[in-house]
Formats: sequence, C-alpha cells, structure tokens
Amino acid sequence: MTSQPERLSIGSLLRKPETGSFLGLAAVFIFFWIFGGSNFASLSGAASWLNVAASLGIIAIPIGLLMIAGELDISIGSLIPAGSMTVAIISGYFQMPILLGIGAALALGALVGLVNGLLVVRTAVPSFIVTLGTLFAVAGLLLGLSVLITGTTSVPLKAGPEAKWLLGRFIGGVYQVTIFWWIAAALGFGFLLHFTRYGNWILAMGGDKVSARNAGIPTERMTVLLFMVSGVSATFVGLSQAILYNSAQVSAGQSYIFNAIISVVVGGVLLTGGYGSVVGIVLGTLTFAIVNQGIYYTGFDANWASLIIGILLLVAVLMNNTFRKMALSYVPKKKGAR
Amino acid sequence: MATPILKMTGINKSFGPIDVLHDIHLEIRAGEVLCLLGDNGAGKSTLIKIMSGVHQPSSGTIEMDGVATTLPTPRAAADSGIATVHQFGGTFPLMSIGRSFFVGVEPTKGWGPFKVFDRKRANAIAVAAVQGLGITRITDGDRLVGGLSGGERQSLAIARAVHFGARVLILDEPTAALGVKQATHVLRIVNEAKRRGLAVIFITHQVMHAMAVGDHFAVLIRGAIAADFRKGERSREEITDLMAGGETMAGLEAQIETDGKESAA
Repeated sequence: MTSQPERLSIGSLLRKPETGSFLGLAAVFIFFWIFGGSNFASLSGAASWLNVAASLGIIAIPIGLLMIAGELDISIGSLIPAGSMTVAIISGYFQMPILLGIGAALALGALVGLVNGLLVVRTAVPSFIVTLGTLFAVAGLLLGLSVLITGTTSVPLKAGPEAKWLLGRFIGGVYQVTIFWWIAAALGFGFLLHFTRYGNWILAMGGDKVSARNAGIPTERMTVLLFMVSGVSATFVGLSQAILYNSAQVSAGQSYIFNAIISVVVGGVLLTGGYGSVVGIVLGTLTFAIVNQGIYYTGFDANWASLIIGILLLVAVLMNNTFRKMALSYVPKKKGAR
Repeated sequence: MATPILKMTGINKSFGPIDVLHDIHLEIRAGEVLCLLGDNGAGKSTLIKIMSGVHQPSSGTIEMDGVATTLPTPRAAADSGIATVHQFGGTFPLMSIGRSFFVGVEPTKGWGPFKVFDRKRANAIAVAAVQGLGITRITDGDRLVGGLSGGERQSLAIARAVHFGARVLILDEPTAALGVKQATHVLRIVNEAKRRGLAVIFITHQVMHAMAVGDHFAVLIRGAIAADFRKGERSREEITDLMAGGETMAGLEAQIETDGKESAA
C-alpha cells in the first residue's frame, strides 16, 4: 500500500495541537525581551520564570491529560498545601523520617485522587462539581487537623541533605531542582500520551466515552488512575515546596487551579476533551510563567499581568480553534470531486 | 438453506408500561442484506439496540448460528461479531484515521514498558482496509476523522467492522445524512460487504436506497413487523405505502395537492 513518506512541511506543523501555543510563547517571549531588557533573558532572569513554570508544569501535565480524557480536577488547589503540611507535620513537627513524610504526602494525593475518580465514575456527577467538593473538604480537613495537631497553620520543616538534594535545592544558586522533575514528567507523560496505546485510550475517552468503552477500553479504571496521578502530582509539588522553603502553610495553592487550567488551554488542549499534546501543555505553562514573571522586568505596574494573561487566554483559545479547524479540513494532495 | 447467522424469535420489548416491540421474528443469513424499513418511531432503533447488546428484550430468544444466546453488553455483541455503525460513522472526530481505527486494539511494537503504538502500521492497515472497500481517496492515515466527508466516515467505520471480523453488520441510517453521490458510495460498500459474506442489516426510511441493495425486507409499523418479503415481491409504491402505516401514499399526496389548490384559490 502507499505509505506516506515522513515529511516536515509547514502545513503538517500547522496541524499539530501545539502550534498555536508555540506561536503564543514566541510572541510573549519577544514582547518581554524587548520591554524587559537584558535581565529578563539572562540566566538569573530565566530562572525566575522557569522556577514558576516547573512547579506549575508538574501539575499542569496531569491536569491536561485529565482534560484530554474529558475530565477536570480542581481539588489540586487543596492538595498542594495538603502535601506540604503532611510532610511538615510528620517529618517536622513529629521529627519522623523524611521518607515517611514524603510517602504519606504522596499516599494522601493518591487517596484523594482515588476518591475523586470513584465519585466521578460511580455517580456520573460532572468532575468539576466532584472535585470542587473535595477541594473544600480537603481544605477544611487540612486547616482543622493542622490546628488540632500543631496549634498553628504554619509548620517549619528541616529536611536532611538527601531530601534537600533531591527535591529542594537551587542548582547554580538560582534554578530549582523541580525544573528537572518537570522535564522528567514531561518526557514520561509525553511518551505515555503520544507513543503508547494508553495515550490512544485517553484521546478516545475524551472524544466519546461510550464508544471508547464499547471498543473495550477500561474507561472507569483509566479515569480513576488519571485522577490519582493528578492528586499525587499535586502533593508532590506541595511536599517539594515545603522541603525547599523549610516550612509549610495551610493556605497556599488555590492560585494553581486556574493557573494550571490556563496553561493547559493555552497549550492547545480542547476543554471538552479528545485533543491536545504534552508539548503543547509544556509550552502553555512556559507562556503563562513568562507573562506572570516577565512583568517584573518591565517598567509596567505588575497589576497589569492579569490583564495580559486574560487577553492571552482568549487569544489562545481563538487561535487554537483556528488551528484545529485547519487540522480538520486538511486534505492531502488536491481536493477530489465532491 | 443454511442456518441463519442471527435469528430472533418472538422478541418483545417494553419500557415500563410502554410496549415498543411486539413479537418480532427476523432471520439474517451470511451474504444477505436485510433492509429494516419503518417510519420514525416505529421501533427500528430499539430493535437495533437489542441486536447490539444495548437493551435486553423483555421476552423472546436470540440465536446465533442456531445456538441460543444473550447479548448482555455492547461488548458481548461485538465479541460475537455483531458490529453497529451509526449514522455519523466515526465517533472520534479529533483522532487520526489510524488511531481511531485501532481504538482499544492498538498494534504495538517494542517490549515491556517501552511498548509503543505502531503508528505507521496502524495507518497502513487502516488506509488499506478503506481502500480495499473502494474508497481510494483516503491515502493518509494521519488525517483526522472529522475532516472526512460523511460518506468517507461511514466507509471507514464499515471498513473497521469488516477488518475486525464482524459477521453481522448493522448500519443505522447510513445514508440519511448524505448527499446523493455520497450515498451511492456507501451503498456500493454495502454490496462489497455482502459479497464478502457478511450479513448486513440496513436500517433506513429511504425506499430507493433499500431497493438498491436489499435481498430481504422487513417493514416495522408501531413495533410490529407489518410485512416481510424478498426482493422483487413488492413494488416501490407498495413499500412506501407500508411504511406510511398502511395508508396509500398516493392518497396522502392527493390530499396535499388538493390542500395546496384550495389555499391557492
């Protein structure tokens, strides 16, 4: 049979889900390079937005996979501080081994993810509502338990050198080690989504859940697993922040909810599911972080950053719609007779 | 005559107090196209859903190859070789042809945790399967399903069913949303599937399309089979009249015409 040769034309690039987000990233980068001066693109300047992008990106990728599969998880907003507080209370307040604290924090993320997933699968209530419920429930539980156990909402944590080396140090004085965890997550999940059969399942689930189930995909198990991965990634970011900053607070992380969703959507993932890429999500996260941090390098008041992000989101959605239409209407060679 | 692949005897179906199907008898043989005709609301969809495992009959038996069977889930129906293709064909518009063709049964290469989806092979097989059915315009397996025309999508869905060994192909109004030319493409593929020995159940309310491919016809009226006949036993007008619920279509048309004249006058 005729097998098409691999070719990298402009046309085929334009049909990828991440094209719009790449153009968006290039645009904001050039914008802040011009207005932010040499500091913005310098090694230490880059660190300021790479550090923000890394912890956001580790959460945005699993959130993006959930969105591609047609679900949403906003409980991460509480799971990030929950991860910080768990490791700080166990290994800081009670002075137990750091491995136990880390394990407990990750297990908590997996557990809340399991609850989210099972509720979504069993009740068929939209995942936005289910995770909105667990968002508040976990926040309340966290605040209540923290005050009950420690009598305060902020707990110091002194991690050992190994844990610091692995999760909470600055490389070259400025780059957080989470940047490498983010790269690892992007490679791992990118492989999963684009090169394994499970990626095909995730795309199919977001496209049409009933058909996917009829085709033999264990949609319920996949949904629960994706929620668990998202929960674990949120507590992972939380615990690594506690180790990095030597303390944990009850209220830190609500901003991640919308920031992660913005990163994913700017990255070209379709809100209703079935379309998107990990490369796109990574680019979307970078774009968000650059706008968020780049504003400090310009002469503008930092309050304008939200305006730029808002406009950026709208432009990105419109642009992604256009690129998706182009991908849909693509016909190789000449158009045949209709 | 050979044992029918699928035989339904005395099928009744009611949803609560509402009876939808009464005492349905149907037989379908390999290499034969059964046209299931009926007006909207006649019970066609419910009957297909029973055959594809979505609904369970309230009473009656289903036999496959002469053996009594049940179809408790869509998956069970698919495993016994019953494939259903719906009106709009491809259900994953934003997936590529190759990916959507193999959803759930992806070909992989490599081993262990590094088993990767074999995109090239998936694309090649999918494209070959569609071209084998005579749709030569599909050459690139990376194209998104949503970019195909309605007829091409139907053809892709039928090719998928044939490739995965379907023995009974249920086509739910495959030509309803298509233009004249697209519809003939689909009809040609129905004939090709029949030539390959599949049993095809073709649901439609377009008598012309039914007559072009059908060997055997069953007309459903208000949940019961009002007529069951073979090719050439009834004329087009007779079938249309049956579908309209026994009233003569000519009579209805005359009525419309007089109404039109009165309002014009």
